Amino acid sequence: MVKEKKNKYSIIVPTYNERLNIALIVYLIFKHLRDVDFEIIIVDDGSPDGTQEVVKQLHQVYGEDRILLRPRAKKLGLGTAYIHGLKHVSGNFVVIMDADLSHHPKYLPSFIKKQLETGASIVTGTRYVKGGGVHGWNLMRKLTSRGANVLAQTLLWPGVSDLTGSFRLYKKSVLEDIISSVVSKGYVFQMEMIVRASRKGYHIEEVPITFVDRVFGSSKLGGSEIVEYLKGLAYLLVTT
Amino acid sequence: MKHIVKIMVLLVAISACWIGLLQTSIIPRSHTWLLPIYFIISLGCYGLLMVGVGLMNFPTCPQEALLLHQDIDEAKEFLKRRGVDVGSD
Repeated sequence: MVKEKKNKYSIIVPTYNERLNIALIVYLIFKHLRDVDFEIIIVDDGSPDGTQEVVKQLHQVYGEDRILLRPRAKKLGLGTAYIHGLKHVSGNFVVIMDADLSHHPKYLPSFIKKQLETGASIVTGTRYVKGGGVHGWNLMRKLTSRGANVLAQTLLWPGVSDLTGSFRLYKKSVLEDIISSVVSKGYVFQMEMIVRASRKGYHIEEVPITFVDRVFGSSKLGGSEIVEYLKGLAYLLVTT
Repeated sequence: MKHIVKIMVLLVAISACWIGLLQTSIIPRSHTWLLPIYFIISLGCYGLLMVGVGLMNFPTCPQEALLLHQDIDEAKEFLKRRGVDVGSD
């Protein structure tokens, strides 16, 4: 007799100084995933603003079996945060998302549905297709984003429309396989993940997502970021 | 096969065609010499066109900011009642 294996989704949320947002995100995840077996793994890098205290309050509301606080001593970077989170994953699927509410949990059901429909190894959220979108970007930011995307598409032929997005659903085994071969940092990390997955022949699907940039006024794209991006592209061009 | 190898193969194939054209003179030599430049310029123009078109059609979602605000208010109310500290930071 074959017992049908039920799916469990482990959502890894790296946090640093997200005292308010983490509570909001947890509420929204529970709101939108009512009939789903999931857990939230919060990898906090020693936030000085009391993020971990808020998580402990959330334990009282939602239970410690659904919200796993797995902190680290200090800010150690995104890639290693995922690797750290992976060690505590008990699900067969892993979702990665940002903690600042630029990724809205209301899209989680569409990720899950897409994966169940297609059997994909990875479902990645894309902001650049119809049904998706971005709010909070000025013209310059959009231009840089579009230019970067065209360059990456021309050079890498990645097979996905949004390379730097970090709202993704992976089969746990696939995430483990890819993350071990990735060396980049920052958003090039996200690019390297999806390009390596594409090269390895994993089935990747996309769902449209909306992205609300709430960090108004912060210049996240300076000259050094652009140089880092070009270096990342060159690296991916040659090594993948 | 690594991606860079694929691109190299493509470039070699295009170069072979170009050299072939040079040798067989189907097109007058003076034109053939300029073909690589035409190719690079076309590629550049195509890239700029794609950027421009993409910029014009860049999907935006202004209503999402409002919806997000509503979600935040709803979340704050629920959590406050259950003892979670949602004071503004």
